[in-house]
Amino acid sequence: MSPTSSEVRYTDQHEWIRLDGDEATVGITKFAAESLGDVVFVELPASGKSVSAGGEAAVVESVKAASDIYAPAGGTVTSANSALEKEPSKVNEDPEGEGWFFKLKLADKGEFSKLMDADAYAKFVESL
Amino acid sequence: MNTADTLLRTPLYALHLELGAKMVPFAGYEMPVQYPAGVLKEHLHTREKAGLFDVSHMGQGFLAGDTAALERVTPADVTGLKDGMQRYGLLLTDEGTIKDDFMFSRLAGEADMYLVVNADTKVGDFAYISEKLKGAATLTRRFDRALLALQGPLAADVLERHSPGISALTFMQVRRATVAGAPAIISRTGYTGEDGFEISIEGGDAERVARVLLGESEVLAIGLGARDSLRLEAGLCLYGHDIDTSRNPAEASLMWSIGKRRKDARDFPGAEKTMGVQAIKRVGILPEGRAPAREGTEIAEKSGRIIGKITSGGFGPSLNGPLAMGYVETAFAATGTEVDLIVRGKSMPAVIAPMPFVPNRYRR
Repeated sequence: MSPTSSEVRYTDQHEWIRLDGDEATVGITKFAAESLGDVVFVELPASGKSVSAGGEAAVVESVKAASDIYAPAGGTVTSANSALEKEPSKVNEDPEGEGWFFKLKLADKGEFSKLMDADAYAKFVESL
Repeated sequence: MNTADTLLRTPLYALHLELGAKMVPFAGYEMPVQYPAGVLKEHLHTREKAGLFDVSHMGQGFLAGDTAALERVTPADVTGLKDGMQRYGLLLTDEGTIKDDFMFSRLAGEADMYLVVNADTKVGDFAYISEKLKGAATLTRRFDRALLALQGPLAADVLERHSPGISALTFMQVRRATVAGAPAIISRTGYTGEDGFEISIEGGDAERVARVLLGESEVLAIGLGARDSLRLEAGLCLYGHDIDTSRNPAEASLMWSIGKRRKDARDFPGAEKTMGVQAIKRVGILPEGRAPAREGTEIAEKSGRIIGKITSGGFGPSLNGPLAMGYVETAFAATGTEVDLIVRGKSMPAVIAPMPFVPNRYRR
């Protein structure tokens, strides 16, 4: 589960997306998980749901507040990480691994390529 | 509101930074919302051991003169308050709606009364009380004083080590004492539902006293995030959210704070309306499932008609589930009434529940 940087892209909303063939996995970054604090609930999209780039796709709630998770790229949801429903704390423990949210079949891989790579995202976080 | 440039700091500001707190603007102050442990751990630690809160942003002061005149602005029984006791009161507008809630104390052998009002409202409250009590009593601000809350089942053991004899206080008692050598006003009160103390000290003593208490192995620094989840589990109101100038004491389910003598005499602002039939009422709400319902969430009866709104809602770490309070039409206020909460456009079943959600553990 440790992808090379070339396969992972990041959004300015602090989602990560990893491409494996046609399928992409989406989650929130370590920075986002730390900012949110203790995650106590996640609402995941149903399989078959179509999402557009930047559109609301899931919800994550900490003790303090609810935050929307946006789809980094458009496509169709193929599965969701239902383990998070029982153990939402996985989002804090391993946000860029076991704490993934959902998988997507991308409509346009061009949308993926346009996103920030690891270096660009690291610089973006530093600038905040 | 103050901008980031003009935010005030409590005497513990430097200590908060040293402890790694995440600071946020709150009521015009830069306050710690959480420390590195995080809201969940801080909350559970307070219920299990003892937590230290900096609540120095709250408005402290002393009322001198004819303190009975305070009954002009509160429906609480002020004259009946005995020496060495603290009491909860509502500050009312002329119309009898809730301008704030506050604590007032009668210190043994002292003519002046000690008051603590909410942080966000303190400037307005003090001006309002001063104006209403003009000619009878004088209210002096002591916003320079610090206020620490030490809360949790081990709070008394800890404080006893630094303020010998203090554990003899019972719930709502107050006295002057010293803590780690610093002169203090200490009450056995709090905002968590746990046993605990609120400790008013000079600003200059605050950091030293806080370090002494944090030096005890049972004590963890607790931020405003856990303060909010603790008070919500305890069923306690947050001013500006659960109560405000649009609500009267009866709607807010705070009639217990009105003295019997005051109820009988109906001698407080808005008494006729407050003592009458209310259209809405503040209730506790337990969502089924795991999804929290936040402030502003609409409450519907099962037919779909909107009957109210949530005023505080979130996740209760000790309850290990979502919880909320809000206002519903009185016909739906009975414990056990089934309702729906409209969360992100979907109806989520919930039930009207008694408060507190987690049993109080005051030392009576």
